[in-house]
Amino acid sequence: MGEIWEGLSAGFWLVVTLDADLVEITLRSLQVTLSAVVIASVIGLPFGAFLAIRRFRHRRATIAVLNALMGLPPVVVGLVVYLLLSRSGPFGVLGLLFTPTAMIIAQVIIITPLIASIAHQAIRDIWAEYHDLLISLSTSKRQRIKTLLWDGRRALITASLAGFGRGIGEVGAIMIVGGNIDNATRVLTTAIALETGKGDFALALGLGFVLIALAIAVNLAIHTIGRTESEGKW
Amino acid sequence: MVTSILPLRVSDAVVKRRKKRLLGPVSLDVTAEGFTIIMGPNGSGKTTLLRVLHGLERLSSGQVSWTVPLADAQIRQAFVFQMPIMMRRSVRDNLAYPLLVHGQGKTAAYQAAEIWADRVGLADALDTPAPQLSGGEKQKLALARALIREPEIVFLDEPCANLDGRATREIEAILKDAQAAGTRILMSTHDVGQAKRLADDVVFLMHGSIIEHTPAKAFFTGPKTPQATALLQGDIVE
Repeated sequence: MGEIWEGLSAGFWLVVTLDADLVEITLRSLQVTLSAVVIASVIGLPFGAFLAIRRFRHRRATIAVLNALMGLPPVVVGLVVYLLLSRSGPFGVLGLLFTPTAMIIAQVIIITPLIASIAHQAIRDIWAEYHDLLISLSTSKRQRIKTLLWDGRRALITASLAGFGRGIGEVGAIMIVGGNIDNATRVLTTAIALETGKGDFALALGLGFVLIALAIAVNLAIHTIGRTESEGKW
Repeated sequence: MVTSILPLRVSDAVVKRRKKRLLGPVSLDVTAEGFTIIMGPNGSGKTTLLRVLHGLERLSSGQVSWTVPLADAQIRQAFVFQMPIMMRRSVRDNLAYPLLVHGQGKTAAYQAAEIWADRVGLADALDTPAPQLSGGEKQKLALARALIREPEIVFLDEPCANLDGRATREIEAILKDAQAAGTRILMSTHDVGQAKRLADDVVFLMHGSIIEHTPAKAFFTGPKTPQATALLQGDIVE
Protein backbone atom coordinates (compact mmCIF):
# COMPACT_ATOMS: atom_id res chain seq x y z
CA MET A 1 0.00 0.00 0.00
CA GLY A 2 2.79 2.40 0.92
CA GLU A 3 4.02 2.59 -2.64
CA ILE A 4 0.60 3.43 -3.98
CA TRP A 5 0.27 6.32 -1.52
CA GLU A 6 3.76 7.45 -2.36
CA GLY A 7 2.87 7.25 -6.00
CA LEU A 8 -0.28 9.26 -5.46
CA SER A 9 1.53 11.96 -3.57
CA ALA A 10 4.43 11.94 -6.02
CA GLY A 11 1.97 12.26 -8.86
CA PHE A 12 0.12 14.98 -7.04
CA TRP A 13 3.29 17.00 -6.48
CA LEU A 14 4.44 16.47 -10.05
CA VAL A 15 1.18 17.92 -11.27
CA VAL A 16 0.92 20.74 -8.74
CA THR A 17 4.47 21.94 -9.32
CA LEU A 18 4.06 21.50 -13.07
CA ASP A 19 7.28 19.54 -13.20
CA ALA A 20 9.06 20.50 -16.43
CA ASP A 21 9.87 16.93 -17.44
CA LEU A 22 6.36 15.77 -16.71
CA VAL A 23 4.83 18.55 -18.78
CA GLU A 24 7.14 17.83 -21.67
CA ILE A 25 6.47 14.08 -21.57
CA THR A 26 2.73 14.59 -21.25
CA LEU A 27 2.59 17.03 -24.13
CA ARG A 28 4.56 14.63 -26.29
CA SER A 29 2.20 11.80 -25.41
CA LEU A 30 -0.72 13.98 -26.41
CA GLN A 31 0.99 15.20 -29.56
CA VAL A 32 1.82 11.71 -30.77
CA THR A 33 -1.52 10.11 -29.97
CA LEU A 34 -3.74 13.01 -31.04
CA SER A 35 -1.90 13.26 -34.36
CA ALA A 36 -2.31 9.53 -34.83
CA VAL A 37 -6.02 9.71 -33.94
CA VAL A 38 -6.64 12.56 -36.39
CA ILE A 39 -4.87 10.78 -39.24
CA ALA A 40 -6.48 7.43 -38.42
CA SER A 41 -9.92 9.06 -38.23
CA VAL A 42 -9.49 10.74 -41.60
CA ILE A 43 -8.69 7.32 -43.06
CA GLY A 44 -10.87 5.10 -40.89
CA LEU A 45 -14.19 6.92 -40.61
CA PRO A 46 -14.93 7.31 -44.34
CA PHE A 47 -13.59 3.80 -44.93
CA GLY A 48 -15.98 2.41 -42.33
CA ALA A 49 -18.88 4.27 -43.94
CA PHE A 50 -17.83 3.02 -47.36
CA LEU A 51 -17.83 -0.58 -46.10
CA ALA A 52 -21.30 -0.13 -44.66
CA ILE A 53 -22.92 1.33 -47.76
CA ARG A 54 -21.20 -0.08 -50.82
CA ARG A 55 -21.57 -3.64 -52.00
CA PHE A 56 -18.53 -5.09 -53.71
CA ARG A 57 -16.69 -8.37 -54.14
CA HIS A 58 -14.84 -9.63 -51.06
CA ARG A 59 -16.68 -7.14 -48.87
CA ARG A 60 -17.29 -9.72 -46.15
CA ALA A 61 -13.67 -10.82 -46.25
CA THR A 62 -12.54 -7.20 -45.99
CA ILE A 63 -14.71 -6.66 -42.92
CA ALA A 64 -13.49 -9.88 -41.31
CA VAL A 65 -9.86 -8.90 -41.87
CA LEU A 66 -10.54 -5.43 -40.56
CA ASN A 67 -12.10 -6.82 -37.38
CA ALA A 68 -9.16 -9.17 -36.96
CA LEU A 69 -6.74 -6.27 -37.36
CA MET A 70 -8.32 -4.58 -34.33
CA GLY A 71 -6.32 -7.01 -32.24
CA LEU A 72 -3.04 -6.26 -34.02
CA PRO A 73 -0.20 -6.75 -31.49
CA PRO A 74 1.51 -3.35 -31.07
CA VAL A 75 4.92 -4.95 -30.57
CA VAL A 76 4.73 -6.60 -33.96
CA VAL A 77 3.58 -3.38 -35.59
CA GLY A 78 6.51 -1.65 -33.91
CA LEU A 79 8.89 -4.28 -35.20
CA VAL A 80 7.63 -4.01 -38.78
CA VAL A 81 7.68 -0.20 -38.75
CA TYR A 82 11.18 -0.39 -37.23
CA LEU A 83 12.38 -2.60 -40.07
CA LEU A 84 10.78 -0.33 -42.69
CA LEU A 85 12.28 2.83 -41.23
CA SER A 86 15.68 1.52 -40.18
CA ARG A 87 18.75 2.65 -42.09
CA SER A 88 18.83 -0.49 -44.20
CA GLY A 89 15.04 -0.56 -44.69
CA PRO A 90 13.10 0.77 -47.70
CA PHE A 91 12.30 4.10 -46.00
CA GLY A 92 15.63 4.42 -44.20
CA VAL A 93 16.67 7.46 -46.22
CA LEU A 94 13.91 9.49 -44.59
CA GLY A 95 15.70 9.22 -41.26
CA LEU A 96 12.45 8.86 -39.35
CA LEU A 97 13.42 6.10 -36.92
CA PHE A 98 13.51 7.28 -33.28
CA THR A 99 11.45 10.39 -34.02
CA PRO A 100 7.91 11.25 -32.92
CA THR A 101 6.88 10.90 -36.57
CA ALA A 102 7.83 7.22 -36.49
CA MET A 103 5.73 6.81 -33.35
CA ILE A 104 2.78 8.46 -35.05
CA ILE A 105 3.12 6.15 -38.05
CA ALA A 106 3.13 3.08 -35.81
CA GLN A 107 0.10 4.30 -33.87
CA VAL A 108 -1.84 5.12 -37.02
CA ILE A 109 -1.36 1.52 -38.14
CA ILE A 110 -2.56 0.24 -34.77
CA ILE A 111 -5.57 2.55 -34.40
CA THR A 112 -6.98 2.80 -37.94
CA PRO A 113 -8.53 -0.70 -38.04
CA LEU A 114 -10.15 -0.10 -34.66
CA ILE A 115 -11.67 3.23 -35.72
CA ALA A 116 -12.77 1.90 -39.11
CA SER A 117 -14.36 -1.16 -37.58
CA ILE A 118 -16.35 0.72 -34.95
CA ALA A 119 -17.36 3.33 -37.54
CA HIS A 120 -18.48 0.56 -39.87
CA GLN A 121 -20.73 -1.00 -37.24
CA ALA A 122 -22.24 2.34 -36.27
CA ILE A 123 -22.89 3.47 -39.84
CA ARG A 124 -24.24 0.03 -40.76
CA ASP A 125 -26.87 0.29 -38.03
CA ILE A 126 -27.97 3.76 -39.12
CA TRP A 127 -27.98 2.74 -42.76
CA ALA A 128 -30.22 -0.24 -41.98
CA GLU A 129 -32.57 2.18 -40.22
CA TYR A 130 -32.49 4.92 -42.87
CA HIS A 131 -32.17 2.82 -46.02
CA ASP A 132 -35.80 2.84 -47.17
CA LEU A 133 -36.35 6.47 -46.25
CA LEU A 134 -33.28 7.76 -48.06
CA ILE A 135 -34.17 5.72 -51.16
CA SER A 136 -37.79 6.88 -50.94
CA LEU A 137 -36.69 10.52 -50.81
CA SER A 138 -34.57 10.05 -53.97
CA THR A 139 -31.37 11.18 -52.29
CA SER A 140 -28.09 11.05 -54.19
CA LYS A 141 -25.22 8.79 -53.05
CA ARG A 142 -23.30 11.79 -51.75
CA GLN A 143 -26.27 13.06 -49.77
CA ARG A 144 -26.73 9.62 -48.26
CA ILE A 145 -23.13 9.37 -47.05
CA LYS A 146 -23.26 12.94 -45.75
CA THR A 147 -26.50 12.27 -43.89
CA LEU A 148 -25.21 9.03 -42.37
CA LEU A 149 -21.92 10.56 -41.23
CA TRP A 150 -23.73 13.55 -39.73
CA ASP A 151 -26.45 11.60 -37.96
CA GLY A 152 -23.88 9.06 -36.80
CA ARG A 153 -21.45 11.69 -35.57
CA ARG A 154 -21.72 10.73 -31.94
CA ALA A 155 -20.98 7.09 -32.67
CA LEU A 156 -18.08 8.23 -34.83
CA ILE A 157 -16.72 10.33 -31.96
CA THR A 158 -16.87 7.18 -29.87
CA ALA A 159 -14.89 5.37 -32.55
CA SER A 160 -12.19 8.04 -32.46
CA LEU A 161 -12.18 7.98 -28.66
CA ALA A 162 -11.63 4.24 -28.68
CA GLY A 163 -8.68 4.87 -30.97
CA PHE A 164 -7.35 7.50 -28.59
CA GLY A 165 -7.70 5.12 -25.67
CA ARG A 166 -5.75 2.45 -27.45
CA GLY A 167 -3.08 4.90 -28.58
CA ILE A 168 -2.46 6.82 -25.37
CA GLY A 169 -1.92 3.66 -23.34
CA GLU A 170 0.12 1.87 -25.95
CA VAL A 171 3.78 1.15 -25.14
CA GLY A 172 5.04 -1.76 -27.27
CA ALA A 173 5.24 -0.08 -30.66
CA ILE A 174 6.35 3.39 -29.62
CA MET A 175 9.04 1.94 -27.39
CA ILE A 176 10.54 0.10 -30.36
CA VAL A 177 10.25 2.82 -33.03
CA GLY A 178 10.67 5.78 -30.70
CA GLY A 179 13.41 4.40 -28.50
CA ASN A 180 12.30 6.23 -25.33
CA ILE A 181 14.97 8.89 -25.79
CA ASP A 182 14.94 11.57 -23.11
CA ASN A 183 13.82 14.96 -24.44
CA ALA A 184 13.10 13.46 -27.84
CA THR A 185 10.77 10.50 -27.90
CA ARG A 186 9.97 9.80 -24.26
CA VAL A 187 6.25 9.65 -23.58
CA LEU A 188 4.21 8.75 -20.49
CA THR A 189 3.96 5.03 -21.15
CA THR A 190 7.61 4.52 -22.04
CA ALA A 191 8.66 6.65 -19.07
CA ILE A 192 6.55 4.48 -16.77
CA ALA A 193 8.17 1.34 -18.17
CA LEU A 194 11.60 2.89 -17.62
CA GLU A 195 10.95 4.11 -14.06
CA THR A 196 9.51 0.71 -13.13
CA GLY A 197 12.63 -0.94 -14.51
CA LYS A 198 14.79 1.42 -12.46
CA GLY A 199 12.78 0.62 -9.34
CA ASP A 200 11.43 4.16 -8.92
CA PHE A 201 7.88 2.98 -8.30
CA ALA A 202 6.71 6.28 -6.85
CA LEU A 203 7.59 8.23 -9.96
CA ALA A 204 6.25 5.45 -12.20
CA LEU A 205 2.95 5.44 -10.33
CA GLY A 206 2.82 9.22 -10.38
CA LEU A 207 3.21 9.16 -14.15
CA GLY A 208 0.61 6.40 -14.32
CA PHE A 209 -1.97 8.48 -12.49
CA VAL A 210 -1.24 11.42 -14.75
CA LEU A 211 -1.78 9.13 -17.74
CA ILE A 212 -5.13 7.90 -16.45
CA ALA A 213 -6.22 11.43 -15.59
CA LEU A 214 -5.25 12.53 -19.07
CA ALA A 215 -7.30 9.80 -20.74
CA ILE A 216 -10.31 10.65 -18.59
CA ALA A 217 -9.93 14.37 -19.21
CA VAL A 218 -9.78 13.97 -22.99
CA ASN A 219 -12.82 11.70 -22.98
CA LEU A 220 -14.81 14.05 -20.79
CA ALA A 221 -13.85 17.04 -22.88
CA ILE A 222 -15.02 15.41 -26.08
CA HIS A 223 -18.22 14.13 -24.49
CA THR A 224 -18.95 17.63 -23.25
CA ILE A 225 -18.25 19.22 -26.60
CA GLY A 226 -20.34 16.58 -28.41
CA ARG A 227 -23.08 16.69 -25.74
CA THR A 228 -23.22 12.91 -26.04
CA GLU A 229 -25.29 12.19 -22.98
CA SER A 230 -27.44 15.29 -22.86
CA GLU A 231 -29.55 14.73 -25.96
CA GLY A 232 -31.21 11.42 -25.43
CA LYS A 233 -30.58 8.24 -27.29
CA TRP A 234 -28.11 9.36 -29.84
CA MET B 1 -49.07 23.08 -65.90
CA VAL B 2 -46.68 20.21 -65.46
CA THR B 3 -47.90 16.89 -66.85
CA SER B 4 -49.22 14.59 -64.18
CA ILE B 5 -47.22 11.49 -63.36
CA LEU B 6 -50.50 9.58 -63.17
CA PRO B 7 -52.08 7.28 -64.20
CA LEU B 8 -49.72 4.68 -62.85
CA ARG B 9 -49.94 1.42 -64.73
CA VAL B 10 -48.84 -1.91 -63.29
CA SER B 11 -48.82 -4.88 -65.63
CA ASP B 12 -48.18 -8.46 -64.55
CA ALA B 13 -45.82 -7.45 -61.76
CA VAL B 14 -44.25 -10.39 -59.94
CA VAL B 15 -41.94 -10.26 -56.93
CA LYS B 16 -40.05 -13.42 -55.99
CA ARG B 17 -37.53 -13.73 -53.21
CA ARG B 18 -35.60 -16.97 -52.74
CA LYS B 19 -37.93 -18.75 -55.13
CA LYS B 20 -40.91 -17.76 -53.01
CA ARG B 21 -43.55 -15.71 -54.75
CA LEU B 22 -44.42 -12.72 -52.59
CA LEU B 23 -46.59 -10.93 -55.07
CA GLY B 24 -48.22 -11.37 -58.38
CA PRO B 25 -48.86 -11.48 -61.10
CA VAL B 26 -50.59 -8.20 -60.34
CA SER B 27 -52.07 -5.70 -62.78
CA LEU B 28 -53.46 -2.43 -61.54
CA ASP B 29 -54.28 1.00 -62.89
CA VAL B 30 -53.98 3.91 -60.49
CA THR B 31 -55.99 6.79 -61.86
CA ALA B 32 -55.31 10.42 -61.16
CA GLU B 33 -57.83 10.92 -58.39
CA GLY B 34 -59.21 9.18 -55.36
CA PHE B 35 -58.32 7.40 -52.16
CA THR B 36 -57.51 3.74 -52.63
CA ILE B 37 -57.49 1.39 -49.66
CA ILE B 38 -55.60 -1.86 -49.92
CA MET B 39 -56.91 -4.63 -47.69
CA GLY B 40 -55.96 -8.21 -47.05
CA PRO B 41 -54.58 -10.45 -44.32
CA ASN B 42 -50.98 -10.43 -43.10
CA GLY B 43 -48.59 -11.75 -45.70
CA SER B 44 -51.04 -11.15 -48.53
CA GLY B 45 -48.61 -8.75 -50.17
CA LYS B 46 -49.97 -5.34 -49.20
CA THR B 47 -46.60 -3.96 -48.18
CA THR B 48 -44.86 -5.54 -51.16
CA LEU B 49 -47.42 -4.07 -53.55
CA LEU B 50 -46.99 -0.58 -52.13
CA ARG B 51 -43.21 -0.90 -52.24
CA VAL B 52 -43.41 -2.09 -55.85
CA LEU B 53 -45.52 0.92 -56.79
CA HIS B 54 -43.07 3.25 -55.09
CA GLY B 55 -40.08 1.55 -56.70
CA LEU B 56 -38.53 0.23 -53.50
CA GLU B 57 -38.88 -3.40 -54.53
CA ARG B 58 -37.15 -5.04 -57.47
CA LEU B 59 -39.55 -6.77 -59.85
CA SER B 60 -38.88 -10.33 -60.95
CA SER B 61 -41.04 -9.72 -64.00
CA GLY B 62 -43.66 -7.30 -65.21
CA GLN B 63 -43.70 -3.54 -65.34
CA VAL B 64 -44.57 -0.41 -63.42
CA SER B 65 -44.93 2.61 -65.65
CA TRP B 66 -45.67 6.26 -65.03
CA THR B 67 -46.55 8.82 -67.68
CA VAL B 68 -43.15 10.48 -67.19
CA PRO B 69 -39.62 9.01 -66.91
CA LEU B 70 -39.06 7.10 -63.66
CA ALA B 71 -36.61 9.60 -62.13
CA ASP B 72 -39.14 12.41 -62.59
CA ALA B 73 -41.93 10.31 -61.17
CA GLN B 74 -39.88 9.28 -58.15
CA ILE B 75 -39.34 12.78 -56.84
CA ARG B 76 -43.06 13.55 -57.09
CA GLN B 77 -44.23 10.77 -54.80
CA ALA B 78 -43.78 9.89 -51.14
CA PHE B 79 -44.04 6.89 -48.84
CA VAL B 80 -45.05 6.53 -45.20
CA PHE B 81 -43.72 3.36 -43.62
CA GLN B 82 -45.53 1.18 -41.12
CA MET B 83 -42.74 1.75 -38.63
CA PRO B 84 -42.02 5.46 -39.02
CA ILE B 85 -38.33 6.04 -39.76
CA MET B 86 -37.13 8.84 -37.53
CA MET B 87 -33.89 10.51 -38.46
CA ARG B 88 -31.73 11.22 -35.43
CA ARG B 89 -32.44 14.91 -35.64
CA SER B 90 -34.93 17.38 -34.29
CA VAL B 91 -38.51 17.42 -35.56
CA ARG B 92 -37.68 20.64 -37.43
CA ASP B 93 -34.70 19.05 -39.20
CA ASN B 94 -36.70 15.91 -40.03
CA LEU B 95 -39.37 18.00 -41.71
CA ALA B 96 -36.95 20.20 -43.61
CA TYR B 97 -34.77 17.31 -44.81
CA PRO B 98 -36.76 16.35 -47.95
CA LEU B 99 -36.83 19.99 -49.03
CA LEU B 100 -33.14 20.54 -48.34
CA VAL B 101 -31.96 17.48 -50.29
CA HIS B 102 -33.96 18.65 -53.27
CA GLY B 103 -32.31 22.03 -53.39
CA GLN B 104 -34.75 24.19 -51.47
CA GLY B 105 -33.11 27.10 -49.60
CA LYS B 106 -32.68 26.85 -45.84
CA THR B 107 -34.99 29.73 -44.93
CA ALA B 108 -37.84 28.47 -47.06
CA ALA B 109 -37.33 24.88 -45.93
CA TYR B 110 -37.43 25.77 -42.23
CA GLN B 111 -40.45 27.97 -42.76
CA ALA B 112 -42.28 25.12 -44.45
CA ALA B 113 -41.19 22.84 -41.60
CA GLU B 114 -42.83 25.15 -39.08
CA ILE B 115 -46.03 25.40 -41.09
CA TRP B 116 -46.29 21.64 -41.39
CA ALA B 117 -45.40 21.05 -37.75
CA ASP B 118 -48.27 23.34 -36.87
CA ARG B 119 -50.59 21.55 -39.28
CA VAL B 120 -49.96 18.12 -37.73
CA GLY B 121 -49.95 19.42 -34.17
CA LEU B 122 -46.21 19.20 -33.53
CA ALA B 123 -45.57 22.93 -33.27
CA ASP B 124 -44.52 22.62 -29.64
CA ALA B 125 -42.11 19.81 -30.42
CA LEU B 126 -40.08 21.47 -33.18
CA ASP B 127 -36.83 21.19 -31.25
CA THR B 128 -37.49 17.76 -29.75
CA PRO B 129 -35.27 14.99 -31.08
CA ALA B 130 -37.57 12.95 -33.33
CA PRO B 131 -36.69 9.54 -31.83
CA GLN B 132 -38.06 10.77 -28.49
CA LEU B 133 -41.58 11.37 -29.82
CA SER B 134 -44.47 9.07 -28.94
CA GLY B 135 -45.73 6.53 -31.48
CA GLY B 136 -48.56 8.72 -32.73
CA GLU B 137 -46.36 11.80 -32.93
CA LYS B 138 -43.75 9.86 -34.89
CA GLN B 139 -46.35 8.76 -37.41
CA LYS B 140 -47.69 12.31 -37.75
CA LEU B 141 -44.15 13.56 -38.29
CA ALA B 142 -43.54 10.89 -40.93
CA LEU B 143 -46.78 11.89 -42.63
CA ALA B 144 -45.92 15.59 -42.61
CA ARG B 145 -42.43 14.79 -43.91
CA ALA B 146 -43.99 12.81 -46.76
CA LEU B 147 -46.47 15.57 -47.61
CA ILE B 148 -44.13 18.55 -47.24
CA ARG B 149 -42.96 18.42 -50.85
CA GLU B 150 -46.60 18.25 -51.99
CA PRO B 151 -46.24 14.97 -53.85
CA GLU B 152 -48.80 13.96 -56.43
CA ILE B 153 -49.21 10.57 -54.87
CA VAL B 154 -48.58 9.24 -51.38
CA PHE B 155 -48.28 5.60 -50.39
CA LEU B 156 -49.06 4.70 -46.79
CA ASP B 157 -48.31 1.29 -45.33
CA GLU B 158 -50.68 0.74 -42.40
CA PRO B 159 -49.92 4.15 -40.91
CA CYS B 160 -52.40 3.69 -38.08
CA ALA B 161 -51.40 0.19 -36.92
CA ASN B 162 -50.53 0.37 -33.20
CA LEU B 163 -52.13 3.79 -32.79
CA ASP B 164 -55.03 4.69 -30.53
CA GLY B 165 -58.28 6.23 -31.69
CA ARG B 166 -57.29 9.83 -31.23
CA ALA B 167 -54.01 9.56 -33.15
CA THR B 168 -55.82 7.62 -35.87
CA ARG B 169 -58.46 10.31 -36.17
CA GLU B 170 -55.82 13.03 -36.43
CA ILE B 171 -53.97 11.15 -39.14
CA GLU B 172 -57.16 10.52 -41.07
CA ALA B 173 -57.96 14.22 -40.93
CA ILE B 174 -54.54 15.11 -42.33
CA LEU B 175 -55.03 12.57 -45.10
CA LYS B 176 -58.45 13.94 -45.99
CA ASP B 177 -56.99 17.44 -46.19
CA ALA B 178 -54.25 16.17 -48.46
CA GLN B 179 -56.80 14.45 -50.65
CA ALA B 180 -58.85 17.63 -50.84
CA ALA B 181 -55.70 19.45 -51.93
CA GLY B 182 -55.43 17.05 -54.85
CA THR B 183 -53.04 14.40 -53.57
CA ARG B 184 -53.63 10.85 -54.76
CA ILE B 185 -53.53 8.44 -51.83
CA LEU B 186 -52.93 4.71 -51.66
CA MET B 187 -53.06 3.20 -48.23
CA SER B 188 -53.10 -0.28 -46.78
CA THR B 189 -54.99 -1.08 -43.62
CA HIS B 190 -56.41 -3.93 -41.55
CA ASP B 191 -59.11 -1.78 -40.10
CA VAL B 192 -62.47 -2.25 -41.87
CA GLY B 193 -63.89 0.82 -40.16
CA GLN B 194 -61.02 2.96 -41.37
CA ALA B 195 -61.42 1.61 -44.88
CA LYS B 196 -65.12 2.53 -44.79
CA ARG B 197 -64.31 6.03 -43.58
CA LEU B 198 -61.68 6.80 -46.19
CA ALA B 199 -61.94 4.62 -49.28
CA ASP B 200 -63.08 5.66 -52.72
CA ASP B 201 -62.11 2.27 -54.02
CA VAL B 202 -60.80 -0.92 -52.45
CA VAL B 203 -58.14 -3.35 -53.59
CA PHE B 204 -58.46 -6.71 -51.88
CA LEU B 205 -55.34 -8.87 -51.82
CA MET B 206 -55.04 -12.58 -51.03
CA HIS B 207 -51.85 -14.62 -51.32
CA GLY B 208 -50.16 -11.99 -53.43
CA SER B 209 -52.96 -11.52 -55.95
CA ILE B 210 -55.64 -8.90 -56.33
CA ILE B 211 -58.89 -10.82 -56.04
CA GLU B 212 -61.14 -7.79 -55.96
CA HIS B 213 -60.80 -4.16 -57.02
CA THR B 214 -64.06 -2.26 -56.84
CA PRO B 215 -65.45 1.13 -55.84
CA ALA B 216 -65.81 1.39 -52.08
CA LYS B 217 -69.60 1.51 -52.11
CA ALA B 218 -69.89 -1.70 -54.08
CA PHE B 219 -67.22 -3.38 -51.98
CA PHE B 220 -68.87 -2.64 -48.66
CA THR B 221 -72.44 -3.37 -49.77
CA GLY B 222 -71.93 -6.38 -51.97
CA PRO B 223 -68.43 -7.86 -52.08
CA LYS B 224 -67.94 -10.29 -54.92
CA THR B 225 -65.62 -12.75 -53.25
CA PRO B 226 -66.39 -14.97 -50.24
CA GLN B 227 -63.13 -13.85 -48.56
CA ALA B 228 -64.12 -10.20 -48.71
CA THR B 229 -67.60 -11.07 -47.44
CA ALA B 230 -66.06 -12.91 -44.53
CA LEU B 231 -63.75 -9.99 -43.76
CA LEU B 232 -66.61 -7.50 -43.73
CA GLN B 233 -68.65 -9.76 -41.47
CA GLY B 234 -65.83 -9.70 -38.98
CA ASP B 235 -64.67 -13.24 -39.58
CA ILE B 236 -61.01 -14.13 -39.62
CA VAL B 237 -59.73 -14.40 -43.17
CA GLU B 238 -56.66 -16.50 -43.85
